[in-house]
Amino acid sequence: MANTISDETIEYVGILAKLELSDEEKENAKKDMESMLDYIDKLNELDTTGVEPMSHVFPVQNVFREDVVENGDGSSATLANAPESRDNAFVVPVTVEA
Amino acid sequence: MSKQYETVIGLEVHVELATKTKIFCSCSTAFGGAPNTHTCPVCTGMPGSLPVLNKKVVEYAAAVGLATNCTITQNCKFDRKNYFYPDNPQNYQISQLYLPICRNGSVEIETEEGKKTIGIHEIHMEEDAGKLVHDEWEGVSLVDYNRSGVPLIEIVSEPDMRSAEEVIAYLEKLRMLIQYLGASDCKLQEGSMRADVNLSVREVGATEFGTRTEMKNLNSFKAIARAIEGERARQIDLIESGEKVVQETRRWDDTKEYSYAMRSKEDAQDYRYFPEPDLVPIVISDEWLDEIRAAQPEFRDEKKARYQKEYDLPEYDADIITGHKKLADLFEATTALCKKPKKVSNWLMGETMRLMKEQSVEPEDLKFSPGNLAKLIELADAGTINGNVAKEVFEKIFAEDIDPDQYVEEHGLKTVNDEGALRSTIEQVIRDNPQSVDDYHNGKEKAIGFLVGQTMKAMKGKANPAMVNQILKELL
Ligand SMILES: [Zn+2]
Ligand SMILES: [Zn+2]
Repeated sequence: MANTISDETIEYVGILAKLELSDEEKENAKKDMESMLDYIDKLNELDTTGVEPMSHVFPVQNVFREDVVENGDGSSATLANAPESRDNAFVVPVTVEA
Repeated sequence: MSKQYETVIGLEVHVELATKTKIFCSCSTAFGGAPNTHTCPVCTGMPGSLPVLNKKVVEYAAAVGLATNCTITQNCKFDRKNYFYPDNPQNYQISQLYLPICRNGSVEIETEEGKKTIGIHEIHMEEDAGKLVHDEWEGVSLVDYNRSGVPLIEIVSEPDMRSAEEVIAYLEKLRMLIQYLGASDCKLQEGSMRADVNLSVREVGATEFGTRTEMKNLNSFKAIARAIEGERARQIDLIESGEKVVQETRRWDDTKEYSYAMRSKEDAQDYRYFPEPDLVPIVISDEWLDEIRAAQPEFRDEKKARYQKEYDLPEYDADIITGHKKLADLFEATTALCKKPKKVSNWLMGETMRLMKEQSVEPEDLKFSPGNLAKLIELADAGTINGNVAKEVFEKIFAEDIDPDQYVEEHGLKTVNDEGALRSTIEQVIRDNPQSVDDYHNGKEKAIGFLVGQTMKAMKGKANPAMVNQILKELL
């Protein structure tokens, strides 16, 4: 294993992803990330000079919609899974900065 | 001796595009619906839903890029910008980082200091977020996703501006170009055009930029100008007292005229962008680009030249009328109906602008129809109503877009051209005002003005002024 993930890195990634990891989970996640980075290093051994970077895995482009309204009132379906709602809106803990 | 500072400003301008549907789903973008009525699994980030790009968004974005002298990225794609906030149901915003649709553009602005070119770094397409209404009493926020997925373009300038005047000239230029294109109505107050100001200061002559801050929540030109002055002063104070400017996002409070740092618990500005796997690349062929170019409207300079040539308008008129797309549209539509360009221009530059100023109406909010203005011009021109009555009727057209033919008829405002009736009224006025008649005969020319006024009053303002003058002089 060439790559090592530090405790700080795993902590930081956890904060960004809003995940609280146990010590055991952290160690497992470190190992997973290390082996992913090793794999990327392996890929980097290939000489790609003159190869266009790929922007998508499918050989498809230009999938468009015309600008026509097709959806009607979707509020009841949208709010069906809301843990709490009021006045047709989702209710969440207040988000404004103090 | 105190040091001289220079302000360095770059702008990020978000513009809501005038499409009927959202960027990735066929929900309506109409304003004013009850919360969450314009939503579906795509724009609320339901697992398993798939976005499909609105073609019109690409066309509008490319058209704005062409109008701002950008290079169009003919192979472009979307990326995900990851962040957690309740206004963003997917926990990422679909935007463009690596291959934005337009790059390396510029616009020319003009201020009192003269002409200047402001560089445009890039323009990218992205989706808007939902709206939060805070109920601090209950300690909750209410989330409405009607705006979630509304198409935006973000226009990122180079840090080329040095004053509030330049910033406002730049915004006005962008607004005019985009309105001419019909790509957005660009209303600052309503948020269809939003400007974030990146500002730093440095000593005059310095070559390195100072540390910049980003200011949000600016919803009028006045607020922008005040925020620039306020933030410049705050940064200079920090520097002069030996402190450091911190790179951060600040929220401008226009009532307190001060900006406040926007603190968030996990303030890591690490968006971990990666290519959006649910959307395939966009390839804008030369043919497609040519079509977009061919569909570009006539912009201000060409319009101005044409108005002078085709309609024989003075340069002054052409300049003012083409200063706003809405005025130009009204001018052309009204002229097409009544074929009297100079008269139309006079009504637009005179009464229309007077009432706009008096009632603080923006050009895009003018609601009278060209048809009714054309009818009014015909009525005045044919002598059916006199000048004062015409102005009075126009106020009604301006406010309620009434039909002037019907209004004049119903309110009996037609000019009285009946010579007999007029003659007997004037005879009565002369009998009632012997003093003024004497004054007139004693060489006081002004006395006739009083007699005209009395006649008009007796005729309830509906007399033909030329006829009144003529008969009066004859009888005196
Ligand atoms: Zn939708
Ligand atoms: Zn943006």
